[in-house]
This record gives sequence, structure tokens and C-alpha cells, in this order.
Amino acid sequence: MARMKFLCDAERCIECNACVTACKNEHEIPWGMNRRRLITLKDGVPGERSISMACMHCNDPPCAGVCPVDCFYQTADGVVLHNKDLCIGCGYCFYACPFGAPQYPQTTNFGSRGKMDKCTFCTGGPEVDNSPEEYQKYGSNRLAEGKLPLCAEMCSTRALMAGDGDVLADIYQERSLRRGYGSGAYGWSTAYGNADKGRAFGPGASGTKGS
Amino acid sequence: MTRHHRHLLIHLLVLAVLVLAAPAVRAQLYQNPVNPPATKEQVPLYQPQEKLVGTVSIPDEKLSVLVQPEGREWREFRSYWLRVVAGTLALGMLAALTLFYLFRGTIRISKGRSGRWVPRFGGFDRFAHWTTAVSFLIMAITGLIITFGRPLLIPLIGHEAFTSTAYASTFLHNFFAIPFTLGLILIFVIWIRDNLPEKADLVWLRTLGGVLNKAGEHPEAGRFNAGQKLIFWAVVFGGFALAVSGVLLMLPFSVTGIGGMQILHVLHGLIASLMIAVIIAHIYIGTIGMEGAFDAMGRGVVDENWAKEHHSRWYEEQILAMRANDGRPVHHRAAE
Repeated sequence: MARMKFLCDAERCIECNACVTACKNEHEIPWGMNRRRLITLKDGVPGERSISMACMHCNDPPCAGVCPVDCFYQTADGVVLHNKDLCIGCGYCFYACPFGAPQYPQTTNFGSRGKMDKCTFCTGGPEVDNSPEEYQKYGSNRLAEGKLPLCAEMCSTRALMAGDGDVLADIYQERSLRRGYGSGAYGWSTAYGNADKGRAFGPGASGTKGS
Repeated sequence: MTRHHRHLLIHLLVLAVLVLAAPAVRAQLYQNPVNPPATKEQVPLYQPQEKLVGTVSIPDEKLSVLVQPEGREWREFRSYWLRVVAGTLALGMLAALTLFYLFRGTIRISKGRSGRWVPRFGGFDRFAHWTTAVSFLIMAITGLIITFGRPLLIPLIGHEAFTSTAYASTFLHNFFAIPFTLGLILIFVIWIRDNLPEKADLVWLRTLGGVLNKAGEHPEAGRFNAGQKLIFWAVVFGGFALAVSGVLLMLPFSVTGIGGMQILHVLHGLIASLMIAVIIAHIYIGTIGMEGAFDAMGRGVVDENWAKEHHSRWYEEQILAMRANDGRPVHHRAAE
């Protein structure tokens, strides 16, 4: 069974925001919410890099750890999903998440911030696959159709990749070796722990030198 | 050579240059990726993964945080330390009070009930007290449901029933903050004059209010003794801290970022744990812990012998005031 992961190669990302737009359109994400976003570091000065960020589908996800109603679960592919019928909109998952992935329809919570929404790796939710209910609550379920997440499929420079972590790690390793440097698979050690890199590597691991 | 031929020649030359240069261009493309590398120190992604903040082109500024490792410590607090602290304080206080009850039992009025009543708390006093008290109890219970529900209630009632319970709890918790804060302001205003520290408090504290003296010897006290004053100030400071941190938690990111929200949650949880323990002791001594004490907040009057024993100076003042008022009982000034 594959372990699904995202990998964003900051050396290739050109900050075109196509992944953000594709995600919003594919899942009809409401105004004001972003399952995926682009962050630019050192904007306009030497060393500028952009990186596309969404839920990293962690091992031992912090969101699941702090959820008071225990609404998170992990699929056999390693995708972290949640049940919106159980979510009470407390906002704790946002405080715990290292990547700022959870989103809420309301900004204040006198009562509730509404059901949390986040990247599903295009895997829907606990409803029947590709049912209207699933689409309404969680957006489309591309994995059930045998497709990978649309953000990565849309990426014109192949900076953002989605799929089996081992395959992604091989691709990234080859790129890093050819370039002679690499920033590491960004966020991987935070999301998956230093022990779980597949055949990949995080910052500081052998093979990349420059990280 | 015609003009046409000259053009063709130029085109061929350009083509030849391109063909010859192609391997070099391709090599250059491989050598230089889209983003030319800067020095390692210039690229934040090459640095060890600490908190990274960049810029975003979407309106939600707080999403410019690329990674916030503090979330790990907050998670540790929320799922472990908060439960340990709140549980230890509440259960520890219950255990201490149980031991005390077994040792001392209910503190009796040593001369027995006189059957004569002295007015102690008017309707307004009691309204302020019970508004705050009921709100606090509801918020304490709903807060404990949110904190301990996952390990304790979900195994008992299941996920769906617990979600309904927790959802109702968040609403109750948020909305009872309003009467709680109003009651707290009333309590503060009407009782602060009688809760200012004085010399007699030192004697009271040294003898623990005579609690260990079974002969019924009590140090003198005014309207409130030092123990009650401690409760008053704990409620005032703790209550307002809970109210302020609670309102900020209800309006997330209105004044602070994600780090501030985590700190607010930690403060709110720790202060609430302390307050729950303090209020358990307060409830104990106001009910089964002491004979005649509940009458004060329950009916608003206390037995004359209870008043003489526990608040001798206040009792004398009441008698003097009653005489000056043609023999009619005097309600406390704030209640007038």
C-alpha cells in the first residue's frame, strides 16, 4: 500500500498559484478559505523561495491528538481525513497544526467557527465515495477515480508532487543530485518524523549535502 | 544574390548557430534551475526547521506562517498536562476535604441554634452571588466535558452522542460568560469595601479561623473573615482573568496571532483548574462543612449564635445599627 505524501520542490516553484486555484475550483471551497496556499519567503530579496503548503497528512497528526471529539482518522493510504458530522468547530486543530492547514468558515466563534475544512488529498470523507453528500461536505474524491490530487497534477513546473512517498523521494533525490544541492523535502521531518523518510531524506540526511 | 537569397542565408546561419549551441543550452538549463541558487544562508528553507514566516497573497495573514513548531508543545499541554493539572487539583481538593471531614466533621454552632435570625445578605447580594455561582458551575462542568470528554465520555456514550454533548457545551460555556462577568462586576462593587485587608485578618489566618479548636473559640471578624476575603480576591482576580482570556479565545486572532492564542488557552486552562479547586473548597465550607453557613446565601439570614461565633464584630455593628434604626433590622448598606 502506498503512503501518500505531498512534496513541494521550492527550487522549481514559480509562485503561479495554479495549485491554489485548482484546489479552490475542484472542491468549490468557499470565499475566504484556502485548503492550499502559496507562501513566499524573503519576497523580493536574494534567497527568495516559494512553497505550496496544505495539509501534509502527518504520521501521528497533531490535529487528531488535540481534537476533543476525536473526529480524525487516517486512511490505509496514510491520508488524514476528518468527519464533519462530529466536528464542533472548536478551532483546536489550527492551534496544534504545524502547517496551518485547518480552515473554518467563520472567523469569530461566539458559539462556533463552523465545521473545520482542510485538504483531503482529493480523497473526500467518510461518506460513500463520489456521492453528492461527500462532494458537498468534502469536495471531490479523485483518488476513488484513480487520479492524484489536482493541485499536483496542474503544476506546470512539477514543483508540487503528490503520490507515493517513496516515488516522490526518488524523483526528488534525482533532482537534487543533478542540481548538486537541495533544500530537503520540505516539511517531511515535521510531518512524518525523522524515522519515516521512506528511501527519501529530510534536511540533514545523507545525499543532499546542502541541507 | 537576390534579397530573397540573402534572407535564406541569414535564416540558415541562425539555424546553424542554434543547432550547434543546443547542447550547451540544454546543459545550461540543467545547470541553472528555475530559481538560481543563492548562498545557503540566504535561503530560509535550507536552515533547520524552526518557525518560518513568509508572505501570502491571500487576505488571511495568519496563513503566512509556513511552520509553527510551538503547536507541538501546545498539543502536549492540551492532551496531557491540562488533564493532569485539572484532574490533580480537583481530585486532590476533594480528597483533602474528605479527610478533613472525617477528622473534623461538620463544624457545629457551639452554643446550638438560638432560633433568632440576623439578616446577612439582602436580595441583591444573593442575586449577585448566585448569578456568578450558577454561571461558574455551568462553565466549569462544560469546560471539564470539553477537556476530559474524549478519554472519559466517548467510551461511555459513543462519538455521536458526545459530539452533541460537546457542541452544546461550547454554546453554554460561551454564553454563560455574560452573566458570569456581570455577576462578577456586581460582587466586586458591592463587597470590595468589606473585603479590604485589616489587622484582624492576620490573627484569623494564624489560628486558621479557629477551625482546629473544638471548644468553639473563634478569632474576631468583621463582615467577612480572612478566609472569605481570600475567596473574594481569588474569585475577583481569577474570574476576571478567565473572563478576559475567555473573550479573547472566543474572538480568535482578533488581537493576537497563533502563539498568543496558544498562550491564552494555556492560561485559561490553568486558572480555571485553580478556580475549580478553590470553589470546591468554598462549596464545602458553605454547605456540609459548617452548620448554619448555608443560611447566609440561601435564605439571606443567619442564626444569631452563628453570627456571634463567626463574625463577632459584624454582629455588634448590626446590633448598634438596629438600635439606631428604631429596632428594625438593617440590611447591609449595599443592599439598600
